[in-house]
Order: sequence, then structure tokens, then C-alpha cells
Amino acid sequence: MSDTHKSHGLHFGLIGLLALAYFVLPAYHSGNLASVMVIAIYAMGYNLLFGYTGLLSLGHALFFSAGLYGLGLMMHLADWTPLPAFAAGLIAALVVSAVIGFLILRTTGVAFMIVTLMFAQAGYLTILYFGKYTRGDEGFALQQASRQIAGYDLSDPGVRYLCALVLFSVTLLGLAYIIRAPFGRTLVAIRENEERARMLGYNVTAIKLKAVILSGVVSGASGATYALLFGYAGATFATVQYSIFPLLWVLVGGAGTTVGPFVGALFMFYLIDYASGKTEAYLLVVGVTLVLVTLFLPHGIAGTIRTRFLRWLP
Amino acid sequence: MILTTRGLTKAYAGVKANTDVDFDLPAGQTRAIIGPNGAGKSTFVGMICGRIPATRGTVTFDGQDVTALPAHKRIERGMAYTFQITSVFPGLPVRENVALAARRRLGRNKAAVQDKTDEVLSRLNISERADQMAGDLSYGHQRILEIGMGLAQEPRLFILDEPTQGLAESEVEEFNTLIKTLDAETTILLIEHNMNVVMEVAEYITVLDQGMVLANGTPQEIRANAAVQEAYLGSGHA
Ligand SMILES: Nc1ncnc2c1ncn2[C@@H]1O[C@H](COP(=O)(O)OP(=O)(O)O)[C@@H](O)[C@H]1O
Ligand SMILES: [Mg+2]
Repeated sequence: MSDTHKSHGLHFGLIGLLALAYFVLPAYHSGNLASVMVIAIYAMGYNLLFGYTGLLSLGHALFFSAGLYGLGLMMHLADWTPLPAFAAGLIAALVVSAVIGFLILRTTGVAFMIVTLMFAQAGYLTILYFGKYTRGDEGFALQQASRQIAGYDLSDPGVRYLCALVLFSVTLLGLAYIIRAPFGRTLVAIRENEERARMLGYNVTAIKLKAVILSGVVSGASGATYALLFGYAGATFATVQYSIFPLLWVLVGGAGTTVGPFVGALFMFYLIDYASGKTEAYLLVVGVTLVLVTLFLPHGIAGTIRTRFLRWLP
Repeated sequence: MILTTRGLTKAYAGVKANTDVDFDLPAGQTRAIIGPNGAGKSTFVGMICGRIPATRGTVTFDGQDVTALPAHKRIERGMAYTFQITSVFPGLPVRENVALAARRRLGRNKAAVQDKTDEVLSRLNISERADQMAGDLSYGHQRILEIGMGLAQEPRLFILDEPTQGLAESEVEEFNTLIKTLDAETTILLIEHNMNVVMEVAEYITVLDQGMVLANGTPQEIRANAAVQEAYLGSGHA
């Protein structure tokens, strides 16, 4: 079996397993899994830039929120139906990531991190500033009646699960394809040695801009999906915390692996769920776990499996 | 002339690494640039391929002024460049290193990329290491790999900055043979410290000293040139 076949097997296997999980798991857990799949889309978008291109952003909440509010505001204020509103979410994320990408790619390294953080903070403040429409931190709910596609109620757990699964699968397979395609290979080349890539004749800046945009749009798709399936948009999603989350998910799951973002999001979701049920100081538990993971699994869960056992892991 | 520079100058905070370098390289020639450490050789070729922005002066490649072009555009037009300090993709397999070089030119044509990659790997006798990580190769093999990445681009001007630095005797021999076979295929601009290599492969030599052209000539002429002897002896170099 070639590596390509193995990686198809892995991806379709994971998707099949998730489909099966809906019927096997109790409602509480399948509800959780729907959330995990949606945030895993965010993590996969982040991973494209961080894990594959080697650019560490601390401002991805901005792209997530662009999708969240792009869809949310159009449904809330303009009474758009879900599909056009979803498109609006994607376009909002596209525009924001193109503009921000153009500006931030003038910097590298620590400056890049700080500038992304700064822009995300500016985005957060903008959402608060237009509180009249966005309702700021408090946010707004999307009416159940408006969250319907072709008569299917997106607040129904089964429909919601299916929706999350479809979008998760499309993102997983799409990104896995891109990673193997020439474009994805140049991203990895830039991560590995940017100067060498440039001196092979690659337009590194243009490629990085494309990566920021793609990463931003996928993150925005996650935000739009979140608002649509869970019926809520609020400025909390634009805070620094939500920029740090995808970094943690990806680090824990395995940066630069296709399934790592999902694994990390799943692990962290249940860790927080479990720890917050046990103690007020659950963030401490989370912090300690992260330290342990970074110490003992420096490549994350999937990354370590790749280094130790399965060299073919995509 | 495939390459011409006029008045090429680089100043670092007032210190001139290159001063008004006029340089002409006919297509097909194998040219060596020699000179003591710090003479400005790396700076000079860096300005040619666009890695280092020139303070002033012009670079003409293949009849077109490329002075304003960024490095990747110059590479796209047919230059290839190997770094003085080995620069490969350490975390990628050897094969992918070469494929990345071939792919930029051959694009989505998978079969062509694969053929070119295989051809280069076997030409450099590193086929059996194709699946190793480049970072796991010995120093000598990394240098050879980087040369392979240059070959995979089928450059019309191949710039090599001290490619034999740190190679074992036998590897230097192989390098000489390789350059001689390449001689018929492309124009080579070679910075080289090892005078045996220079004398064996170069058709013509340019000597840089203190950022300026000290002499031009055939290997015989350069060997006999008193000023060159002086520059080398002056800096304690052989
Ligand atoms: N980035 C830099 N900043 C300041 N000075 C530099 C820089 N790069 C090179 N130089 C100086 O320019 C001169 C020429 O360097 P270089 O071109 O590397 O010489 P060579 O390759 O002939 O050994 C040296 O004196 C060196 O110290
Ligand atoms: Mg040098």
C-alpha cells in the first residue's frame, strides 16, 4: 500500500468512525463531538499556517470572528438565510485575512507574532465599538427559526452533527489534498528553509500571503459554522484566548499533521470538560498537562506517533 | 555575454564590500572568482542573484537589466545559486529537496518532476540516499545535494559559492569531474578557494581584492600575475 493510500485510509477511516460515533455514543458525547469537529476546523486552518508554513500567529481569533460575525450579523440584522450568510462569513474572513496578511507579512518572527496579536486586539475592540450591532461581549443569539436549511432544523442534534461532520470532512480532505499538492510542498519548504525556497525561485511572500488567506478562510468557516450550528455570536470569541486555543490544540495534537488538529481539539475539549467538573482551578490542570505534553511529546500526539512509529503519517 | 555588471557597489554602513565592479561573463564559460577572505566575492555574487541588494550599479542577465528584479524573478529567468554555508531543507527527504528545485520550473507536470529528480539523484550518485532526511546526510553529501538542487533547475547561469569547502579529497575529485561535464551544458560562475580546483576547471579567472577587480585572465595568466601573488601573500593565503 502506498503512503497516499494509507493516508486516504486514515482520513476516510476517521470520518467513518465519526459517523459511526453518532449512533454509538450517548447524546451528551455526540453533542460534544459536534463542537469538537467545528473547532477542529478552526485548528486545521491554524495548522496550515503554523504547522505547515511555520508562521506562528497569535491573532487567529480575528479570522474566526470574521466568519462568526460575517454570518451572524447578516442573519441577525439582515435576515439572510443560512447559506448566503455562510458565504458572507467566508467572504468576510477572506477580505480580513487578505488585508491583514498583506500587512503582517512585512514582519517576521517575534514581530509577526506581536503584530498578529495587535490586529486581533484591534478587531476585538472594533466589535465592542460597534456594540449597537454586535451587542459586544454579551453577544446575540440567532433565532432557531432562522437556522434552517431546506427544512432541516440546524439546532436538531442529528442535523447539527451531520452538518459539522460534513464540513469537518470537507476541510480535512481538502487540506490533506493541498498539503500533498505542489502548493503545499512549497509551504513546507518555506517552513523548513525560507531563504533556500526563495533562492530556488519561489515567490515566498506571495505564497505566504496565500497561506494566510487560506488559513484565515478556513478559520472563518469554522466561526461561521459555530454561529450557525450553536446559534450564538459574541465578542468573547475575538479575545486573545481564542487566538491561543488553536495554537494549543495544534501543539498538543501535532503541528504539521493532518489529523493532529482534531486530536488536539478533542483531547483539550475533554480535558477542560473533565477538569472544570472537578476543580475551580481547572486552568491549572490544563496548564500542567500542556507542560507535560510539550516535555514528553514535543511533536504533539500525532507528531510523536509519526516520529516513533508511522513515518508515512500525513 | 550572458552576464554583465557595471559599477556594482555594496556599502555596509560606510564599509565598501564591493566597489564599482565591472564584470563580463560570456555564455558557456566556466569562470572562477578567487580572492582572499573578505575580498567581497560572496557579496558580489549575492548582488548578481538578487539575494543582496546593490547600493548602486547594474546587473544585466541575458541582455536584460535585472537590477530591479527580486531574487526569485532572477532565478526564474535561469540563474541558480548555491550558498557558501550549505543550505538545504533538512527536515525533508533528499528526493523532495531536489523535487522542490525541479518543480518550480516544471510545475504540475508530476512525471517530468520525477524524471528530472531521478536523473539528478543518479547523476550525483545519491540515489540510494533519496529517502533519507537531508539533515541526516553527512556534510559532504549535503553540499552535493545542494549542487543537485541547482542542477535540477537546469540553470543557464549556475553560481556556486565555495562548493568544495569542507569536502574530502575524493569528493573534490568528483566535484571536478561533475563541473567538467556541466561545462558543455551551462555557464558556471564559481567562487573557489581550492587553487587545484580552480586551475583544473576554470577557463577564465577573475580576482577580487578589497572589493575590487584586481585581475582577469586565463589560469596561466593569473598564475603568473605578480599583483595576484602579492594580494594572496599579503593576506597569508596560498
Ligand atoms: N551583512 C554584512 N554586514 C556588514 N558587513 C558585511 C556583511 N556581509 C559581508 N560584510 C563584509 O563585506 C566584506 C566582504 O565579505 P564577503 O563578500 O563575504 O567576502 P568573501 O566572500 O570574499 O570572503 C567583508 O569585509 C565582510 O566583513
Ligand atoms: Mg564568501
